Amino acid sequence: MAGAAVEVTHQALTLKDHLPVLQILIPFCAAPLVVFLGARNLAWPIAFASAIASLVCSIYLMMATLDGSYISYHLGGWAPPFGIEYRVDAANAFVLLLISATAAVVMPFTKASVDAEIPKKNHTLFYACFLLCITGLLGVVITGDAFNVFVFLEISSLSTYVLVSQGSHRDKRALTAAYDYLLMGTVGATFFVIGIGFLYMATGTLNMADIADRIAGQGDNRTVQAAFAFILVGMGLKVAIYPLHLWLPGAYNYAPSAVTVFLAATATKAAIYVVLRFTFSVFQPEFTFDTNVLYWIIIPFALLAMFAASLIAVFQTNFKRMLAYSSIAQIGYMLLGMGMFNASGVTATMVHMFNHGITKAALFMAVGALVLRAGTTFYDSIRGMGKAMPLTSAVVVIGGLSLIGVPGTAGFVSKWVLVQAAFELGWWWMALLIVASSLLAVVYVWRVLEALYLGEPAEGATHQEAPMMMLVPMWIAALACIWFGFDTSLTLEASRVAAESLLAGSAGMAEVSTAAGGH
Amino acid sequence: MELADLIFAAILLPTLASATNMAFKNSPDLRDTITFLCAILTFGCVLGVLNIVGSGTSDEIVLFEVFDGLDIAFQVEPLGLLFAMVASGLWIITHIYSIGYMRGNREDNQPRFFACFSVAIAAAIGIAFSANMLTLFLFYEILTVSTYPLVAHKGNADAVQGARTYLAVLIGTSIALLLTAVIWTYTLTDTLDFAEGGILSGKADGWIVPVLLGFYAFGIGKAALMPFHKWLPAAMVAPTPVSALLHAVAVVKAGVFTMLKVGVYIFGIEFLSDTGASEWLMWIAAYSIIAASVVAMMQDNLKRRLAYSTVSQLSYITLGLALATNMGVLGGGMHIAMHAMGKITLFMCAGAIYVATHKTEISQMTGLGRTMPITFAAFGIGALSIIGLPPLGGSWSKWALIVGAADAGQLIAIAVLMLSSLLNVAYLLPVVGKGVFLKSNDNPYEGVKEAPLFCWLPPAITALGCLALFLWGGAVLEFLQPIAEASNG
Repeated sequence: MAGAAVEVTHQALTLKDHLPVLQILIPFCAAPLVVFLGARNLAWPIAFASAIASLVCSIYLMMATLDGSYISYHLGGWAPPFGIEYRVDAANAFVLLLISATAAVVMPFTKASVDAEIPKKNHTLFYACFLLCITGLLGVVITGDAFNVFVFLEISSLSTYVLVSQGSHRDKRALTAAYDYLLMGTVGATFFVIGIGFLYMATGTLNMADIADRIAGQGDNRTVQAAFAFILVGMGLKVAIYPLHLWLPGAYNYAPSAVTVFLAATATKAAIYVVLRFTFSVFQPEFTFDTNVLYWIIIPFALLAMFAASLIAVFQTNFKRMLAYSSIAQIGYMLLGMGMFNASGVTATMVHMFNHGITKAALFMAVGALVLRAGTTFYDSIRGMGKAMPLTSAVVVIGGLSLIGVPGTAGFVSKWVLVQAAFELGWWWMALLIVASSLLAVVYVWRVLEALYLGEPAEGATHQEAPMMMLVPMWIAALACIWFGFDTSLTLEASRVAAESLLAGSAGMAEVSTAAGGH
Repeated sequence: MELADLIFAAILLPTLASATNMAFKNSPDLRDTITFLCAILTFGCVLGVLNIVGSGTSDEIVLFEVFDGLDIAFQVEPLGLLFAMVASGLWIITHIYSIGYMRGNREDNQPRFFACFSVAIAAAIGIAFSANMLTLFLFYEILTVSTYPLVAHKGNADAVQGARTYLAVLIGTSIALLLTAVIWTYTLTDTLDFAEGGILSGKADGWIVPVLLGFYAFGIGKAALMPFHKWLPAAMVAPTPVSALLHAVAVVKAGVFTMLKVGVYIFGIEFLSDTGASEWLMWIAAYSIIAASVVAMMQDNLKRRLAYSTVSQLSYITLGLALATNMGVLGGGMHIAMHAMGKITLFMCAGAIYVATHKTEISQMTGLGRTMPITFAAFGIGALSIIGLPPLGGSWSKWALIVGAADAGQLIAIAVLMLSSLLNVAYLLPVVGKGVFLKSNDNPYEGVKEAPLFCWLPPAITALGCLALFLWGGAVLEFLQPIAEASNG
């Protein structure tokens, strides 16, 4: 499916040719800049400006790859497989777009939330970490080098641990949550790097395309099989595949509101992208198919997530925690699409990544606004807030409907494609399971809506609507939920192209590694 | 105006009414007047559509494509036009009634009430004019979500519980079964457009057809086919105007309308009758008719009794479809209008009694008819129309359904319809009988007068409407006739 590669070497010096690296460099350089300048007033504007700039980069990259072609960028002019290669096709351009768009939209919200939740002396360091986190996630997605994935993964993880721990100014439990995440995240990253090590042992290379090329026909090689197992479990921890999800509810619940918004919308999505990329492009469909990993591991765990995590979400009494479990359940849908292993299924995974990202961004921003006004988001303390904060509550309604998958919302589109994928395989029982699990979503969403709208506000409560800095990004995300429920020309189209290029396996990748060999 | 403009206007005007209700929260007269004007204009637009299309079928008006050739699109055909006329026409009358009822009872949150009410009407009209199943499903869910706050209106424990049941059944069935059916249909046929003669013929066979029909029949929870009928009695906690227009007309009729649409334009009558796929549905519908009537007899709460009566009457329409004959479908289509006019009368009378006396139980209404003669007269007429006696509208649709059953050779269906009429007599007429002919000993109605003008006038008008529908019964049948021809290809 891959078209002609756009060869970019150091001779080509127009700015546009360097977009792939600018995508990473802008937030990466902004982070130390914020610290060195040291001026608290400048931190947020710099962060916001670099988020916008990297959004522009990713929009360009998306437009350039929407036709099924890909861009291969050689870092520092060193040709792969020896140099590091950034490789952008529709699949990762779409995830880059999700990450940078979320960062840009969430940034104003972040200011309002940070001002309220974090002491002034930490502000510059907070924004520096935030920018590093963005850098790490973008890097994980854009790079075509397996070891480089690990490096960026650690950049994003380490900064995330710090960001989560910043919640401790409100609730000390954020420290244990961050520590939990640190432990499990490190185990995950270690597993991942062990997997990469095995792959290096078997192939002698770290470039993904090159690995894919050399791994072909090594399906019986125990080292390769072990590598796959380590990579899947390692990344599975980052994805929070049920039951490797234990870090997630704590981290989401106790992190500062803005961090939760950003993490929920992007971090697990980037990890899922890596799983997809390794499963389909590096190890290739034949390998994963032969080992039956998709049918016997991915699908059962996906179903488990869809039902168990949804059930747990039903019984939560805290809105924020409920959303965390709902995220785990929704990750189940993404894995399920992947496990179905057909074009519609992988398309569903890609499109749900995006749609769920914007849905959760809207919902967690509403949570942030409720935290700001009510202190906590226990159902008891947000009772009757529908009257006091009508605009915030309306966002909860829209986001909640999208979570359920009601028509006219983004969530509907992804559910449609997923169920369609099940029918195409003739798995009508799977279609029933998918819709049955969304019934659980109805229950957990409606518990919140009942609290917001039907509960009586506490005595003497005088809550105001959230500030503009929160409302505007919240509504952008909420309107995006509706917009992408009707206009699917970007989301579904990009997902389709992405799915095709992923399912094509190494076909496109091998081409480049030979081309690159000539350099 | 162009047809497309009229259709958009008919959907946007109620939406506008909703917005004005939220915008002018503190000026009740202003917002009620604007809503009234919007209601009249909406009905005008629907009549404008009638004027252009008549009983024909219009071209498809595509708003935009969502994905893969699935459009948000509108198309006018007789069945939808009839439903739109019923919903928008009765909205005008119900709005007058709502003003009287809500003010008479000094209800809270009136702006929210009228805002949601108007959105529900917009959704009903959207359903009526949908050109494909996706558009219909979109408006179907908007209707569910917009009516939820109306059911939960009072905000007390009963209301919250009732609203929970309401939502659980309606969203549950639609997401779990209807959505599955829709996507299944799409994977089989690659289209969801409503087409003459159906789209499934030749694309599906064997066990798939009855199973798919089952997903539709139970998935359309708004049609209240047993065992998914519990939401309707639960919805009776809502203020009476909601029960009258939404739970006797817009919402439930949206359900049976969708059922007919699916039967006629997705499956196709001929296809259903050839495959015999709908025969089991006839039995379920027949069971629903009888069982709901029996349950209705045991209710002392007037609104609950009427709700079970609605469950029973809705299954008439499902039965009409399940017979898979032209006359059955036409009878079902007619019954949408006939039952709407009769049932809204009964509900508005129940509400008028509540406003005047705050009584909800039938056993407390002994002798009340002497104090509230107009209300009870209207109730009597509405009841007779539901029973299906001439000279009232209800007799035509029942007659058509019986002819349809005879065409299908289903003697049992005829027997069920007859028996149901008797049961209707048994649970509706005693209300009138007790009210008018019995006399209460301790005279509990001291100081009770007829309900306010805004509360008794609307049911009086719709009671006369039942008479008018008898006179125009033939016209309604003729209007719907093209569906039958369409279903034969």
